[in-house]
Amino acid sequence: MPGVLVFTEIKDGKLKKASREALSIGRKLAEAAGGDLVAFATEAAAAADAGKYGATKVYVAELGHYSTEPYTAALEQVVKDVQPAIVLFAGTSDGRDVAPRLAARLNVGVASDVDRLEWTDGKLRGRRPVYSGKAFATVEVTGTPAIATTRPNAFPPEETGGGAAEVVSVTASAENRVKMVETKEPEAGEISLAEADIIVSGGRGLKEATNFSYIRDLAHAIGGAVGASRATVDAGWIDHQHQVGQTGRVVSPNLYIAAGVSGAIQHLAGMSSSKHIIAINKDPEAPIFRVADLGIVGDLFQILPVLTEEVKKAKAH
Amino acid sequence: MNSVVCITHVPDTESRIKIADGRKVDETGIKFIVSPYDEFALEEAIRVKEKSGGDVTVVTFGPDRAQQALREALARGATKAVHIKGESGDADSLGIAKVLAAAIKSLSHDLVFLGKQGVGQDNGLVGPMLAELLGYPQVNVVTHLEVGDGKLTAHREIEAAEEVLEAPLPAVVTAQKGLNEPRYASLKGIMAAKKVAIDTKTPADLGLDDADIYKQRVVTLSLELPAEKSGGRKVDGGDPNAAAQEIMKYIKEQAKAL
Repeated sequence: MPGVLVFTEIKDGKLKKASREALSIGRKLAEAAGGDLVAFATEAAAAADAGKYGATKVYVAELGHYSTEPYTAALEQVVKDVQPAIVLFAGTSDGRDVAPRLAARLNVGVASDVDRLEWTDGKLRGRRPVYSGKAFATVEVTGTPAIATTRPNAFPPEETGGGAAEVVSVTASAENRVKMVETKEPEAGEISLAEADIIVSGGRGLKEATNFSYIRDLAHAIGGAVGASRATVDAGWIDHQHQVGQTGRVVSPNLYIAAGVSGAIQHLAGMSSSKHIIAINKDPEAPIFRVADLGIVGDLFQILPVLTEEVKKAKAH
Repeated sequence: MNSVVCITHVPDTESRIKIADGRKVDETGIKFIVSPYDEFALEEAIRVKEKSGGDVTVVTFGPDRAQQALREALARGATKAVHIKGESGDADSLGIAKVLAAAIKSLSHDLVFLGKQGVGQDNGLVGPMLAELLGYPQVNVVTHLEVGDGKLTAHREIEAAEEVLEAPLPAVVTAQKGLNEPRYASLKGIMAAKKVAIDTKTPADLGLDDADIYKQRVVTLSLELPAEKSGGRKVDGGDPNAAAQEIMKYIKEQAKAL
């Protein structure tokens, strides 16, 4: 009996990292709940990757580009056929769009943006940040299936070495009322904040909009995403997509480098769960130093260019 | 063009969170505000009204203090307000969506706006749940909107990119920061808002069963503050080369990121 169904997404023929993370925690939950791990995908190409992460079957609905209603209908169909105890979605834009729609249709709840999950006494239990990380709530999902969306970077992807998952084709029809006109692609080299392993963030210490080039140069050199404090976004120096913290994004990358960010409470809440934090600030009393593993009291305009060159050198080797 | 805007009342983002009974936020001394994403939703609805006429009805589900949020919205330009009285903090997202859906069904509307998430609980669930319960299309995390001719065109934020989507009305739109620049209430608006009668109801008045609304499908077992970080090593960066070396050493040896 299938224990866990995971909604997966493909990009450039491969499973997204967030989907691999969701499958990995899904496999552990399936073992604990005593069932199989199965996946939902919209391309058969997902089968090989899904198998690698422990899925025995992948239910494929060839729906093309994401749209809420057809995806919800196909997922509803698979949930009815498979009767999973748990349904997981990676907390991507599409995962967060479809999970609550499906949940309302099934009259069940969703534990959203969880960074821990376990199967305890026949129930799904998760931990989720609230007040953008100022507190953590432990929640239990009581309905069947129990639905959760997983926070990117919170669950390490672990391959099991399994062969390709068996493809089961799914047909479900639903009117697609929301039409896609176009996608505006990001600039080449831009990495999304949510999934980034490394984030380089700038704050008011940059003094003006054009100085975000100091942040971008280091981010590009090291292969990270560009983050920003609320003050810089509100000042119009950079697009809101880059904002870290409350009313921006809560992030937990492996490495967070903050330059010229003083560390307002709502910013700290959004990034202090990063594994490694380096802060550069002129003010030795800046609150950002309270959460930094390495704090450099100095001038970012002098330090960042040298650091960027050092990173480039290290990468070239 | 009539709009309904669902708003919620949350602790100010500058608040320090304290915990009561190990399960709830201690509300003592906390200043409550209209949830920031709902402000973008409200502003957009007011702009639609200014362009095409019609009403902007603000709806909230919450305790007595939530009336302040409605007054604030009226002061900014909403024309009607509905307060569904109840302990929304004891309901989960689906319970809240059910209350809002029932309230909206009795209101004339072409568009339903709300923030992409309530700041605080940060679930981001009510918008799509509400769309499902109403049977409407949804456009989530919207940064740009045009309305006209029985349809809307919206920019939806996705990972480091945007989609341009078109949907027929009525539809549910959830607002992202960047959609607009919310206005402040004017003195005239504040005075006018005082004269508007808030339509107050209970979930039971809407034909809802409290047992279903407060049936927590997601139960909060405990609430904890994160472990205090003590802060690590702080070094003088007067010499940029030495500082860069120090950082490189940390990146390589500790973060293992290079």
